[in-house]
Amino acid sequence: MNETIGYVFIILGLTFDFLGCLGLVRLPDLYNRLQASTKCVTFGTCGIMFGIFFLHGFTACGIKALLCAIFLLLTAPVSAHAIARAAHLRGFKLWEKSVCDKYADDQKTM
Amino acid sequence: MKILRWIIGFILFAGLLILNLTIKIPMFLRIINPLLLSCFLCLYRIIKGPTPADRVVGIDILGILIIGFCALFASFTKMNFFIDIGIAWALQSFISTIALAKFLEGRSFDE
Repeated sequence: MNETIGYVFIILGLTFDFLGCLGLVRLPDLYNRLQASTKCVTFGTCGIMFGIFFLHGFTACGIKALLCAIFLLLTAPVSAHAIARAAHLRGFKLWEKSVCDKYADDQKTM
Repeated sequence: MKILRWIIGFILFAGLLILNLTIKIPMFLRIINPLLLSCFLCLYRIIKGPTPADRVVGIDILGILIIGFCALFASFTKMNFFIDIGIAWALQSFISTIALAKFLEGRSFDE
């Protein structure tokens, strides 16, 4: 039973990884690419880690995989937010069909 | 013309999936192959990216994919030290991404 749950998590993680990288190639803009490719961290690689934890149980390998998953869940959104803020402050343009830009409006009013 | 491109891409990926499921290789390589294809897509974005920020995003995602690769390798070959390499790679990937974001903003490293 645990092996079945583990393989289901690993295959879901691989699917999310592949779709995230496809979005990294196909989408038109820096911010859209960042939004698509952060999904590939939070469910792709963390799904693989949870799958390995279900496969191995409470051994050394499983505990380390769970630790790595928690660390990735804490740090990956921080780094994505840092890249987006730095790119916006440097002045990289949005896509011309983008609808709204709240961050520029906030900077105007402040 | 757009429908034709969608059909060609769908046939290409379905062919790769069927080839991955039917060729005679071990189970471990069958799980590794989609990660390798994802790494090649990331390398395409790193080489071709129009702005430097795209390259930074590509490097970040490539590091994350390699962490998953290390974890799968440790799980399927019973060599447990590879997952330690994955944890260390996660730490260094976070630090390097923060440093590259600061450099991208236009400031220097010791500020």
